[in-house]
Amino acid sequence: MSGTTAALFIAVFLACAVEAVEAVTIVLAAGTARDWRSAGLGVGSALVVLAAVIAALGPALTAIPIGALRLVVGGLLLVFGLQWLRKAVLRYSGHKGLHDEEAIFQREVAAARAAHAERRWAVNDWYSYTLSFKGVLLEGLEVAFIAITFGSNQHDVPLAALAAACAVVVVSAVGFAVKAPLARVPENTLKFVVGVMLTGFGMFWGAEGADAHWPGSDAALLVIIPVVALFALGLVAVLRRSLPPRATAAPVAPVVPTLQEQS
Amino acid sequence: MISRLRAFGAFWYDFIIGDDWRVAAVVAVALAATFGVSKTSVPAWWILPLAVALVLPLSLWRARRKG
Repeated sequence: MSGTTAALFIAVFLACAVEAVEAVTIVLAAGTARDWRSAGLGVGSALVVLAAVIAALGPALTAIPIGALRLVVGGLLLVFGLQWLRKAVLRYSGHKGLHDEEAIFQREVAAARAAHAERRWAVNDWYSYTLSFKGVLLEGLEVAFIAITFGSNQHDVPLAALAAACAVVVVSAVGFAVKAPLARVPENTLKFVVGVMLTGFGMFWGAEGADAHWPGSDAALLVIIPVVALFALGLVAVLRRSLPPRATAAPVAPVVPTLQEQS
Repeated sequence: MISRLRAFGAFWYDFIIGDDWRVAAVVAVALAATFGVSKTSVPAWWILPLAVALVLPLSLWRARRKG
């Protein structure tokens, strides 16, 4: 496996794992607090819609000329990557609270318990159904977008799809085995890494799509990604110094994210 | 109907543009500049890294001031 192929697999796997953690948290909250059968029906319905979207979107993307695809997808990935990186830097520098999947789970469970029960068609509990459906569909769309665009750009859709499937299977299996929010998954760290990778791939493909040529061709990615990571870590260090004295006295996440927190 | 359209637009705005529209604007301008410069004899690959190096600290600085 070449360096860029490995980078593609890792980027898709990590990005999809983050989305899968968020979807699993929502489904677990709906199932735990309300009704597992309705939550399961919501997941199944969302997967059917996702399969239809992927079936329509996949071939359409492969029909677009690679230059135009890289320009549009590179630009979008760069904007997404910078959004993720911005939030990750703010979190690690202490300017924004760390993402807490346990707290999100508890909030979802409380909201689910407070909602009224309502039966519609074959669904015993409409609230569980719609909560699971929306959660899986929205996070699943992001997974599909990442896998299809990364795969199309690197001419390796099967590898990107495999990485996405591995991430979803691993996260779902662990989540439903422990029947608890995946609070030990280092989601903040994953988001930082994914932000770096999306920004790196976005710059690379965006420039290539705009007819620029990187020195070293594909090997440039192996320089771009570490440089983006170092730049982001440098920004974390600079921003951390600018915290007011009261805030700096409080414990904050280390510059290199640990495995304790989750986003 | 209008509220649904608004919600649909808000979802896509949040999905694509996110918290700081300036980031998306700078990326769009940088891509256009890269395309323009690539048509000359001057290398154009450095424009996007430069844009990232400028816009990320600026966006963080604005977020820090607001927060």
